[in-house]
Amino acid sequence: MRQVIGLIVLLVVIAFLVSGMLLLIHPFGYPPSDMDDYIIENAQEETGSNNVVTSVVFDYRGFDTLGEATILFTAVTGVLLLLRTVKRKEENS
Amino acid sequence: MLSKIVRTVANQLILFILIFGLYVIVHGHLTPGGGFQGGAVIVSGVVMLLVAFNSQELKKSLRERTLSIMESSGALIFIGLAFAGIGIVFFYNFLVGTPIFGRIPVTGPNPGDIWTGGVIPLMNLAVGLKVVAGLSAVVLAMALFSSGEEIEE
Amino acid sequence: MMEHVPLNFPFLAAALLVGISFYILIFKRNLIKLIMGIGMLASGVNLFLVALGYRTGGNAPIYTDVPEGPMVLPVPQALTLTSIVINVAVLALMLTMVILIYRHTGNIDSKKSRILKG
Repeated sequence: MRQVIGLIVLLVVIAFLVSGMLLLIHPFGYPPSDMDDYIIENAQEETGSNNVVTSVVFDYRGFDTLGEATILFTAVTGVLLLLRTVKRKEENS
Repeated sequence: MLSKIVRTVANQLILFILIFGLYVIVHGHLTPGGGFQGGAVIVSGVVMLLVAFNSQELKKSLRERTLSIMESSGALIFIGLAFAGIGIVFFYNFLVGTPIFGRIPVTGPNPGDIWTGGVIPLMNLAVGLKVVAGLSAVVLAMALFSSGEEIEE
Repeated sequence: MMEHVPLNFPFLAAALLVGISFYILIFKRNLIKLIMGIGMLASGVNLFLVALGYRTGGNAPIYTDVPEGPMVLPVPQALTLTSIVINVAVLALMLTMVILIYRHTGNIDSKKSRILKG
């Protein structure tokens, strides 16, 4: 029973993805780009760096980088908390 | 621990990997790269040292307290730089125009000048420090857990 | 409609990666294979994000010694950077939990290690 439901879900997902990539998306190589034209024109005067991708990551969208640094910090804390071994004391209770 | 040839070559190669990783971090506002990419390069050098030597040998050089202080100071410098321009907006680039990192480059294609960029090179250094300390602590903890040691406080 | 098929190859490759990853997640029971499936899903999504912002004949969006011509869009590349770092963090936590499950129950089959003891 679980196999049949799994097969139906898989076929629906694959049909939706392939039909979406053929019918619903813009042709490859000509994207709509109003916000990115403004960023490419004005990134050198407003932020002062040559690398437009770095200025988008740290200046125009710096709040996403703050959230990403928080996720990295939380994941490292979680891993170091789980991998702790305590020496077992051999006692006779 | 692997043979003597591997240990000697790893001892010599770690210096070049460290310098290349620092080059990718510091020139983050001129060439492709930045904080996260340079931090990943340095962590791959630490993994090479972990494979060549035992994990108990590496635990004497990279202590837990040093890595913890490095990661926390990286996070605090990043948040301090974000809050320093709070007079106008959060994350305001307040160093453009001042003589610290604040030259404005020529518009259009140009050879890069390293004293540009505002607050971006300092943020690159803070994020690079955080990534190096965090990921090498994770890799060291996984290697030590599988061989039966305990991690001190 | 059929003239879009030769041009949209990167989008079809990303859809193929996501489809194979869904097959792995539904039908396989080994925990290590499930983690590999999640990694494949992450790769498919990252490829789709980068392929969204390509302009024909464009150069990299960096002004240091760039040749003439249009530039590709920089915002999807910034989103892909964040996505890669988040996937690394989640993958590290998943692998740690698999190590602990193996130490406590002794096998890595997802049906046999579902028993809550104590």
